Amino acid sequence: MTEMVYGSVPVRDGEPILPKWWRTVDKWSMSCILILFGIGLLLGLAASPPLAAKNGFEPFHYVQRQAFFGGLALTAMLITSMLSQIIVRRLAVVGFVAAFIALILLPFFGTDFGKGATRWYSLGFASVQPSEFLKPGFIVVAAWMMAASQDIGGPPGRLWSFILAVTIVLILAMQPDFGQAALILFGWGVMYFVAGAPMTLLLAIAGLVVVGGMVAYNNSEHFARRIDGFLSTDVDPTTQLGYASNAIREGGFFGVGVGEGEVKWSLPDAHTDFIIAVAAEEYGLILVLCIIAVYTSIIVRSLLRLMRERDPFIRLAGTGLACMFAVQAMINMGVAVRLLPAKGMTLPFVSYGGSSLIAGGIAVGMLLAFTRTRPQGEIGDLLRGRK
Amino acid sequence: MIRTPLRPLARILEARASGENPDAIERENLRIRHEQMRDASRGRAEGRLLILSVIFFCAFGVIGARMGVLAATEPAEPRAASKGSAILAQRADITDRHGRVLATNFETHSLYAQPLQMIDKERVAAELAAIFPDLNQDKLLKDFTGKRKFLWIKKKLSPEQKQAVHNIGDPGLLFGPREMRLYPNGKLAAHVMGGASFGREGVHAAEVIGVAGVEKYYDDLLRDPARQGAPLALSLDLTVQAAAERVLYGGMKLMNAKGAASVLMDVHTGEIISIVSLPDFDPNARPSPLVEGDASDSPLFNRAVQGVYELGSAYKIFTAAQAMDLNLVNNQTMIDTGKALRVGGFNIGEFQKKNYGVLSVEDIIIKSSNRGTGRMALQIGVKRQKEFMKAMGFMDYTPLEIVEAKGGKPLYPERWTDLSAVTISYGHGISNSPLHLAAGYAALANGGTYIKPTIIKRTGAPEGTRVMREDTARYARQMLRKVVTEGTASFGEVQGYAVGGKTGTADKPKPRGGYYDDKVIATFASLFPAHNPKYVLVVTLDEPTETSGKKPRRTAGWTAVPVAAEMIGRVAPLLGLRPEIEPGELAGITLTSN
Repeated sequence: MTEMVYGSVPVRDGEPILPKWWRTVDKWSMSCILILFGIGLLLGLAASPPLAAKNGFEPFHYVQRQAFFGGLALTAMLITSMLSQIIVRRLAVVGFVAAFIALILLPFFGTDFGKGATRWYSLGFASVQPSEFLKPGFIVVAAWMMAASQDIGGPPGRLWSFILAVTIVLILAMQPDFGQAALILFGWGVMYFVAGAPMTLLLAIAGLVVVGGMVAYNNSEHFARRIDGFLSTDVDPTTQLGYASNAIREGGFFGVGVGEGEVKWSLPDAHTDFIIAVAAEEYGLILVLCIIAVYTSIIVRSLLRLMRERDPFIRLAGTGLACMFAVQAMINMGVAVRLLPAKGMTLPFVSYGGSSLIAGGIAVGMLLAFTRTRPQGEIGDLLRGRK
Repeated sequence: MIRTPLRPLARILEARASGENPDAIERENLRIRHEQMRDASRGRAEGRLLILSVIFFCAFGVIGARMGVLAATEPAEPRAASKGSAILAQRADITDRHGRVLATNFETHSLYAQPLQMIDKERVAAELAAIFPDLNQDKLLKDFTGKRKFLWIKKKLSPEQKQAVHNIGDPGLLFGPREMRLYPNGKLAAHVMGGASFGREGVHAAEVIGVAGVEKYYDDLLRDPARQGAPLALSLDLTVQAAAERVLYGGMKLMNAKGAASVLMDVHTGEIISIVSLPDFDPNARPSPLVEGDASDSPLFNRAVQGVYELGSAYKIFTAAQAMDLNLVNNQTMIDTGKALRVGGFNIGEFQKKNYGVLSVEDIIIKSSNRGTGRMALQIGVKRQKEFMKAMGFMDYTPLEIVEAKGGKPLYPERWTDLSAVTISYGHGISNSPLHLAAGYAALANGGTYIKPTIIKRTGAPEGTRVMREDTARYARQMLRKVVTEGTASFGEVQGYAVGGKTGTADKPKPRGGYYDDKVIATFASLFPAHNPKYVLVVTLDEPTETSGKKPRRTAGWTAVPVAAEMIGRVAPLLGLRPEIEPGELAGITLTSN
């Protein structure tokens, strides 16, 4: 009767969102992200005043912007990580389609900021790089396709995702933006590997790369000189790389002291691509090792958590996001220590960035959403007496 | 494999019989199948995820380790000095035959700027422009204030300049140690030395590479660390070279020639004792090559090696020598040079339309008769003449060890007709460098063996190739001596040195065919002392005019010969030859038989 008069008492099925989120989310990884962001702000204080002075802003202009966009990025990360996986997937697919269209329209509406490659939309107060938003969306879409292909009677998702990856890579290569193109290709490759790439194919690709590299080295003087130049221990101290490795040496183990660094005055990209050099010079090896440890723990923890995951889609998408994140960090730092040939790539969450920071926040938010603990059918296993 | 059907017929029939929905069975089977597949793929994915984790862990570990290694090493300052000074004596010295330095290295500094470090850019630009007059203050300032982070200002500094720049005292001006090539004798033997310049350049060091001459020819050898800087000894004699250059320069001016070349060669070893080409240049500041006009007008052009000219009557002695060697004639055989000689539709005439009548072979050389040698050439024949010229090295570029030698490629007719044979017999229709001629005369002088000329010091005489009999060479020398005592080269007599030689005056060819009337190449090829020759000297003057008489005289006897005589008089004592009291008859040669 009461129900007839007042209607039924609204009963939520399942527990409230926040407590459930707090219970299931990977709190260690999230703390690591927050630490990275904090380090980024700290280094921004050191690295960006020269740039601000050059562009006629007050000294900490870029730090303020970093804090503002960082706040937005962290909010985006938290919200994304609270969504359920199915919602994440849907939003990601929508976002992917939007970003893909934006990418195609770049040649018509984009600006190149005088850098020779049309990669950005200018929004006045900030610029947006569609490929940054495209990356997490692509990972999710490709993971969805691959996972679907594993079902009996499912679509040929691997082929579709491969075609999609190649399309995007070609579009990016035309901008040209080989860094992002390589990241996309790498993300797809990692997912394909985890989705069960045949071992013979992997060995064949590895063999081809080795043989091709040797042939190229022996036959192409240009290629050989690039490799030799990279392998040689001498580096012209007046190049960006030379400044970066000198900064690391100057820093030593404990750094030259806060604000005492010199490299930020010489390097135009001190606040983005070579932020690690600034960190090494002013705070020494200790901070650099901390940063490396933080990145390592994020990636390793995420991958280990994904090992327990039973849903193929979530496993693949999580792997792709985590690996892309890790590789970006790895390339950035590898270039600074001359383990890798020069390639401009930002250090996720530490480097200065506007919209790319938000895109990074969304990507990490997705990763956190995918790595949340959930029932994996262990009860069913127990009941059926398996395992 | 055996496929397990999703709809096993037995169960479906059973279900139908009991009225159940068979689709439920299919769904059930599908679910079970999916679960099995997922378990399998999960197992595989677990392994691969573990691999990925380990890879990433290791990669980050490597980066961390590398950071540690970098942090533990000393920073390399982008400044001057420090490690770079280990470039001492990278390039070996070059010396003359007695060990006197012709090319060595000199430590200096280059000047470069790092505008980012610069404090007072305007003052620096102004003071630099004051120190180096060739620098432009405005341009410097523009470079300093522009986007450049690094720029070279000067490749080489003198110590005074370095101190002056140092006194500017700006931290943005930096010095890089340099080793520069120094030719302490300036222009001396410039064409042999060639020159050197910087190759790859860094802040700390620069490669010094040879750009011409022996420096380029022996670039690898001079830079070879295995030789540990052992100097390269050339065959040149510094004092002789200096004397030859002075005499030749004076002669060139006196005879109003536009260029001159001389080659002094040891007839037994083939060593070039002195080789001069004028005008010359200073290898310390090598001029840039001409961009237009004739390359042979550039001072860089080595007339003695690269310049191939029709050297004229100096070749007659080769024709006579070959004819004697083939026993077609002896030195006293009479040949009628008065008779008209018509070959291939051309009349062969004498110099100034003279008519010498019947002459002996010896007199043909002494009087320089074109018809006489032409008739001998016709007797020898095309084939044998060509073979002889090849053996004497007149058909290939000289093997001298300087890069320019390959530029001195002889010119000769592709179709070697009877007419070619006749003109070549008196040195027209074949173009050789003075060095070719010197090597050919050396074969006469040393008793009939062709020895390759060299610019590198030799120990002992190398084995040459025999091109004629010893007595043929002796008769030829006897004729050459008589050319000086009785013939066209009477100015060539040098007291006590018994010079023998042959003149050659060739009209210069026009670029578009035909010959100039008033431009000649005057050559005197000589050997001394005639009775036992030790050296061959070839002097060539380009467009000489001797103006002491009423009419301008251009023949070699009036131009090249006096210059050569003066040169022999100067260098022979330097070479250690004692003047001899002239023997009454032909020096040491007695006609016992024949």
